[in-house]
Amino acid sequence: MYCDVTVQTAAFDLGAEELALRAHAGDAGALVAFQGMVRAHDEATPLAALFLEHYPGVTEAEIRRIAGQAAARWPLSACRVIHRVGALVPGEPIVLVLIAAGHRVGAFAAAEYLMDYLKTQAPFWKREDFVDGSSRWVEAKASDDAACERWHD
Amino acid sequence: MSITLLYFGVLKDVLGRSEETLAWDGGSSTALLAQLRTRGEDWAAALAPGKVFRLVVNQQIVHGEVPVPDGAEVGILPPVTGG
Repeated sequence: MYCDVTVQTAAFDLGAEELALRAHAGDAGALVAFQGMVRAHDEATPLAALFLEHYPGVTEAEIRRIAGQAAARWPLSACRVIHRVGALVPGEPIVLVLIAAGHRVGAFAAAEYLMDYLKTQAPFWKREDFVDGSSRWVEAKASDDAACERWHD
Repeated sequence: MSITLLYFGVLKDVLGRSEETLAWDGGSSTALLAQLRTRGEDWAAALAPGKVFRLVVNQQIVHGEVPVPDGAEVGILPPVTGG
């Protein structure tokens, strides 16, 4: 399976990425695109930005490993993952997962699988920077772990 | 003989650094952590045995006790908080 993983501060272009991936997708009958955006929080103090950090080299390798696991479960043709780091304001796209596969079932499932693992196991650390100047490193969430657990059945 | 230590996420704030060079005569990851814990209460608490953090040695996520060779890059990772 063709798999391209990038961690970057820059914004990405969904349309350009889709076109580029299709060049590697062979006769795939399905292409699923997931794009995640930074959410504004409903806490008392509004979020100014989400700051993300990764471990260069290690994070990319871990995402490729996870994509390999997905390819072992479903027949996939190609995948593209872009994860942004640095300071991101609410509404900005933060993650892109593109999966090309022979059929839709595998493409949908693999995209969800990859996202669940990106949220729980990929080496990213998130800090919330609030408008009042305070900031706080986010703690690991049980709900994301639960979403990931269901794949272990 | 030295190794490079890299700290991530909340550990940067708690331990007050993102990177350092440490004199190192060789030994295991367990010995390295034991040495770091002697630096003070903050270190002992942040790197307490049983606390959830991971080590990366030369870009490989490791489990359990592994050798830390001279010149190694050792990443100390708090629990990941995802994208």
